[in-house]
Amino acid sequence: MLEHIPVLLILAPLLAAFLVTGLAWIQSAYCLPLALAGLLGSLLASIAALHQVMAQGALSYEMASWPPPVGIELRIDLFNSLVLVVVSAVSLINLVASWEFIKREFEDRKETFLALYLLFVTGLLGVTATADLFNLYVLLEITSLSAYALIAMGPSSRAPLASLHYVYLGVIGASFYLLGVGYLYIMTGSLNMGDIASLLPAIWSSQTVLVGFVFCLVGVWIKMAFFPMHIWLPNAYTYASMTASRVLAPLMTKVMVYVMIRLMLTVFGAQYIFRVLDLGPVIVWLAVLAIVAGAVMALVQRNLVKMLCYIIVSEIGYMVGGAWMGNQAGMTGSILHLINDALMTFAVFLAAGNFAFKLGELRLENLRDLFARMPLSSAGFVLAGMSIVGIPPTCGFFSKWYLISGGLQAGQHAYVAALLLSSLINAILFMRVVEYAYFGEVRTGHGHHGGHAHGGEMDEAPVAMVACLLLVVASLVLVGLYSESIVSGMIQPFLVRSFV
Amino acid sequence: MEQLLQEIVAKYNYWLYIILMMIGLYAIISKNNLIKKLVGMNIFQTAIILFFISISYKEQATIPIIRNAHGPGHVSPEAIQATAYMNPLPHVLMLTAIVVSVATFGVALAIAVKVYGEYETLEEDEIRTRIREKIK
Amino acid sequence: MDPVVSVRPLLAVLVSLAVVPVLLSSGGRPNVREAWTILAGLIKFGLIVSLVPGVLAGREFSLTLFSFAPGADIALRVDGLGLVFALVASFLWMVTSLYSIGYMRGLAEHSQTRFYCFFAVALSSTIGAAFAANLLTLYLFYEILSLSTYPLVTHHQDEEARKSGRKYLAYILGTSIGLVLPAMILSYNVAGTLEFSQAGIFGAGISPAMATVLLLVFLFGFAKAAIVPLHAWLPAAMVAPTPVSALLHAVAVVKVGAFSIVRVMTGIFGFDLLGSFHLGYPVAIIASVTIILGSLIALSQDELKRRLAFSTVSQLSYIVLGVALLTPYGAMGGILHIVMHALGKITLFFCAGAIMVATGKKYISEMAGIGKRMPLTMGAFFVGSLSIIGLPPCGGFISKWYLALGTLQKQSPLLLGVILTSSFLNAVYFLPIVYKAFFHGPSGGKGAFSVTKEPLMCVVPLLLTAAGSVVLFFWPQLFIDLIEIGLR
Repeated sequence: MLEHIPVLLILAPLLAAFLVTGLAWIQSAYCLPLALAGLLGSLLASIAALHQVMAQGALSYEMASWPPPVGIELRIDLFNSLVLVVVSAVSLINLVASWEFIKREFEDRKETFLALYLLFVTGLLGVTATADLFNLYVLLEITSLSAYALIAMGPSSRAPLASLHYVYLGVIGASFYLLGVGYLYIMTGSLNMGDIASLLPAIWSSQTVLVGFVFCLVGVWIKMAFFPMHIWLPNAYTYASMTASRVLAPLMTKVMVYVMIRLMLTVFGAQYIFRVLDLGPVIVWLAVLAIVAGAVMALVQRNLVKMLCYIIVSEIGYMVGGAWMGNQAGMTGSILHLINDALMTFAVFLAAGNFAFKLGELRLENLRDLFARMPLSSAGFVLAGMSIVGIPPTCGFFSKWYLISGGLQAGQHAYVAALLLSSLINAILFMRVVEYAYFGEVRTGHGHHGGHAHGGEMDEAPVAMVACLLLVVASLVLVGLYSESIVSGMIQPFLVRSFV
Repeated sequence: MEQLLQEIVAKYNYWLYIILMMIGLYAIISKNNLIKKLVGMNIFQTAIILFFISISYKEQATIPIIRNAHGPGHVSPEAIQATAYMNPLPHVLMLTAIVVSVATFGVALAIAVKVYGEYETLEEDEIRTRIREKIK
Repeated sequence: MDPVVSVRPLLAVLVSLAVVPVLLSSGGRPNVREAWTILAGLIKFGLIVSLVPGVLAGREFSLTLFSFAPGADIALRVDGLGLVFALVASFLWMVTSLYSIGYMRGLAEHSQTRFYCFFAVALSSTIGAAFAANLLTLYLFYEILSLSTYPLVTHHQDEEARKSGRKYLAYILGTSIGLVLPAMILSYNVAGTLEFSQAGIFGAGISPAMATVLLLVFLFGFAKAAIVPLHAWLPAAMVAPTPVSALLHAVAVVKVGAFSIVRVMTGIFGFDLLGSFHLGYPVAIIASVTIILGSLIALSQDELKRRLAFSTVSQLSYIVLGVALLTPYGAMGGILHIVMHALGKITLFFCAGAIMVATGKKYISEMAGIGKRMPLTMGAFFVGSLSIIGLPPCGGFISKWYLALGTLQKQSPLLLGVILTSSFLNAVYFLPIVYKAFFHGPSGGKGAFSVTKEPLMCVVPLLLTAAGSVVLFFWPQLFIDLIEIGLR
């Protein structure tokens, strides 16, 4: 049993997805427990995997007992075990938090939504766990296809169009990735990551390898919404159903960042990426553009969710820049920020979802008097916002610390400046929301003597939604305070061979 | 010039896939009709499938089914010449890729139907004007 | 120094945080709520006082909470300087809680539970900043303090509060993220530690240019210290209810800013490094400009709280100036001024608030003759003014005496002149208020002010702090000893 953990954590939600589809015709009341069981199964399996990896090093699983490089290998090491735990935890918590919402938004289509949701999670877990480049492509497309459908199901009339635009770009991205894999296959005759990594050093100077790498990179960039390839993201996540965006926004882009770092460190190797290629400075500059552009575009948004989407674009810039800094601090920051950003994006989207559950459309003006009406959700939102701004002791501060250290060590002062600028802009963004939520209708004159008639009575979202939000917000602080354990226990051992 | 031509002729499969890919990309970018964009997308994917298939091709090679591999008079594995057979792996990979691209196309068409249901047109500029009118 | 691991500093920080849920749950019963606040204040003060004998005996209480990176953990350490600040802040929190009851009820303010909760959080972070063992921990509490005071500053939730709140966070958060954060990370990358130590953390590994830039960035980055030109948030923050202005904007928040600068100069750079790079004098000049400008602007203010705010701007820079002298007397005077100014200024704010509660008057020009109606309040105001001006028998005299000695040690008549000029200006903008309150006034006297009684819950605290000012003139020895230990 224990040796099958790597495949179990992917199979659990996949099986659940099939069963949910079937059960929907027979007994739809069992669908939710089944889905929860599937996600819980993969959460437990990923925690077990994490535990095993910590104890005895990377786990390797041969699918159908075909040994690699011929067969498909699942490989779980210090890096992706962490990502797996985050992915499975976020998707489980979101389902618990969003169930009321799903029932209201989808009514008789909620089983369909559940099945797609489970498939989406399956794909993400697979992408994270696999050690085979082509298998990664297939799972990526499973993820994307379910994401397209999840987005198109959204309640907004603009959802299908947003989803279709995502399809066009998503397919181009995946195709570029596939093309890159093709070039690598021409040169190495292998698709297994470890195998390719051992074959590549002999042919580092080859133009074909370079082309293959660049194609893969561009493909992944499109999928992760790296500026200026981000244009699909804001509309898709804004017009999708809130319950879908809540899981898409934190996970999809972050898993793609994971794929990029995996390609850089495991497949091509830090030696090739930073010594042979020397693309770092250029890409860091692209990241600077992404950070600044994302932050500036977030400033002009009047819709809360869209604003958050542009913050994601900016955060992607943080991670790409940190990963390409070429030193250990930058890469540590990038990996830590990947985990942290998944959690904090999840937290803000959970809070935004709670608001949307009560308020409908989330234009900033609709948020007036929110602190009085939804004090707990608003408090959660503020704490999550603090983390995105990077205020200690929330986790956002600690990954920013490493990113800035990396930037300073590499002498990339533009990147450091961009990071600080975007932190300041994030502070403005969240302050603006807080102002709307706190001040309510603008009162002028000396009305402050005597009690105020507040705009709304307390009207909080359902208990499950609030409880999940508070749980995630608490995890932001805990992950922040225990950053050192994550860094020295997992990230640095993982990086130790890359940066000597 | 001579050299360039030779280069093109020698690697014509690459040139073809790039041309196909660019046609697809062009359609995705410039066409106004959402279905035409989808067709462009499909051409784009097909170009990559062709690229994979073409790299498995070898001159003077046949499909990788080993004659007389079983039964009486079978050949020993050592006697099998890899050069005599085409590489089967890209074909297998592309089988999966074709499935993926068909599925994507299906999902995309379904979404396009939904878009049509919403705006009663698939011309993008018209959809944009509808959206703008709605906001007003 | 004798390091002792102790959980007491942590408890002292957490007491006021732990009381927040209790406050929230007793929101409907004001008496219970305020009893809890005062109880928490007593426990906090008690815990901090219990640390005094140990520190006097040369021990250092410390506790590492979470490790982050070598030399940059989240850790607490109680030394003489931190203890001085914590004593003052926690003592005045108790007094302010008492005063808040009179003030908030007297004006029937809304959302009082929220007010007490955020006040408690702000106090936790103040004590945390006082006990921070390194710059990272200090930064952490500094930021929490900035955010937890925002709802207090904008308590009235009207247009003016919104504008001031914006200004407040723009100055304070903008500088801490934009300046302190990168400077802190850069310092860590240069020195490999952020742990405060008398010798400084840089050693020989830093160039004069880099040290200068870092010092200036820290100096302006801790905008809570209100160094000109980053002082504008302080007068704006005066829209807050008076207890907030009194405790936070005369003691806790602004002193955390000044204290942070003191820590950076004594613990991060160290006097030796500053001295060898000749960095003390430029900082002293910057502080002097603030001192003079703040006093001059205060002269022109008619709103009492704004005049007090500009006076605070000017007085805060005494602290910076004292430390920037880099002489033992100067540093003693500067840090002692944290205590003396706190007691004096809080008295003045309490008086301003009491006048508001009793008469609704905010402007100095309306206050002529008020001393006849509110003799106790205006008497305390007079004592507070004396302390700020630096005249005996008030505590302010002691700190200014040391400051003046410091300038003499430094042999800088210019800086001595600054201190004397500013004291003169203080007298010019405070004493006329007192004089007019007692000796001028509308003819007939009684008709002008509708109130005949001074609000008891406001008057008791302000008499307490005024008395404290006088007591500290006669018995400042405890604080002097603690500071000597801290600077050793």
